[in-house]
Amino acid sequence: MIKLFETIGEFLILIRRAFRKPEKFSMYSKEAFRQCHDFGIGSLAIIAIVATFVGAVSAVQFAYQLRTISLVPMWWIGSIVRKGMILELAPTISALLLAGKVGSNISSELGTMRISEQIDAYEIMGVNTAGYLISPKLVAGVLMVPMLVVIAVFLGILGGWGAGVMGNYYTTTEYFRGVTDNFIVRDVNIMLVKSVLFGFIISSISCFKGFTVEGGAIEIGQASTQAVVYSSIAIVIVNFLVAFLML
Amino acid sequence: MIEIKDIKKNFGDQEVLKGISAVFEDGKCNLIIGKSGSGKTVTLKCMVGLFEPDSGSIIYDGRNTMDMDFKERKAIRREIGMLFQGTALFDSMSVEENIRFPLDMFTSKTMEEKQQRVNFCLKRVNMDGTNKKYPGELSGGMKKRVGIARAIVMNPRYLFCDEPNSGLDPKTSIVIDHLIKEITEEFNITTIVNTHDMNSVMGIGDNVLFLHDGYKYWEGTNKEIMQITEGELFDFIFASDFLKDLRAHAKY
Repeated sequence: MIKLFETIGEFLILIRRAFRKPEKFSMYSKEAFRQCHDFGIGSLAIIAIVATFVGAVSAVQFAYQLRTISLVPMWWIGSIVRKGMILELAPTISALLLAGKVGSNISSELGTMRISEQIDAYEIMGVNTAGYLISPKLVAGVLMVPMLVVIAVFLGILGGWGAGVMGNYYTTTEYFRGVTDNFIVRDVNIMLVKSVLFGFIISSISCFKGFTVEGGAIEIGQASTQAVVYSSIAIVIVNFLVAFLML
Repeated sequence: MIEIKDIKKNFGDQEVLKGISAVFEDGKCNLIIGKSGSGKTVTLKCMVGLFEPDSGSIIYDGRNTMDMDFKERKAIRREIGMLFQGTALFDSMSVEENIRFPLDMFTSKTMEEKQQRVNFCLKRVNMDGTNKKYPGELSGGMKKRVGIARAIVMNPRYLFCDEPNSGLDPKTSIVIDHLIKEITEEFNITTIVNTHDMNSVMGIGDNVLFLHDGYKYWEGTNKEIMQITEGELFDFIFASDFLKDLRAHAKY
């Protein structure tokens, strides 16, 4: 238990160090742009593929179940897919995917830099290593995850439309009637809150695990795995808390 | 000049440095030698601020770093250049970007001025023309030279080299040693080299500090070290039976 509190303390100190005044703002912003590119563009394909098929599967499964209850009109599926994607599927599945893809990448990158003394080299130059190496990644996480989630929502809804129309469950008009019916802006706000929190969780936990690695290749691998596991656990807990508090 | 006074450092229950004092002079190559685990790297890392000593003083030209706050220490660090054992070149940057990084971060020079400085440093280490290469494309010796170029780009007053010859063949090691010596004299900087290579000791060791088991065991010049006839230092110098035999034959 004491070890847990120590780790949380170390984590908070490191995050605080990351937000010290930059030595040169232009260098930090350049690095932040690079991280945004890696985080966002680098993950776009996987998010797009997964979100499209998650939307498609949701639509097909709801259509399958609603067919047996003839009292429910099929255009409701559009509404169900939209709500499901916005409130739960797009933010949570995207975040879990990104924890695996980007989180392990961040952790192993920083871990390798630590082991090969590259972080020490920055320190010797007088660079605030936590600031220069971590804060751009935090910025990238907080900015890019919401953008990717918005894209995932659109593609998920399109996936649901494609699957349903191909399977003759509903027409295009029926589906989009459901998608646009009773649209609540608050759902989008909840989605954005979740996405920002998930972005912070993924980048901060992964940076912490990578930055504090000691040892060699085995420890880098362990840190990378822990970054994914701890991020995923934190994501599902925060997901529940946000749903519990905001819905 | 750098002076260290009674530096002690523990890691848990293990006493690694047990009170080391020494003076490292300007314009000279000061070598710290000793067996693996004798405390060389820890001494060096305490001096540059990567480790915090448990007690003692580290004085850079009259400025005691132990009395300094974070900002003052950062300012001192900008006067330090360091060549790491594994070179620690940034993988994601080209040779040119590696060397230019401190200039980009800490100066307001124009791109042209920075480029001139980078080219000067690369030329100084005989690596001109490699600007666009990445560390992964360089040999061990080339990486060391680029590491030296990066270490001197900010005109440091103090140069630290941790095992500059590790992983290099004897001929390339001599080249790197001579480069360090030339740069030290040319720019009149205080250079501290961590090594266990006796060729380096004989080639560039103006002042030699021998550490054994966390203590300063011996201090002198590379001329004096050859007068040693017994003890831990003798065992260190003549580590192999071959060298001992060679020495015995040389006597007669």
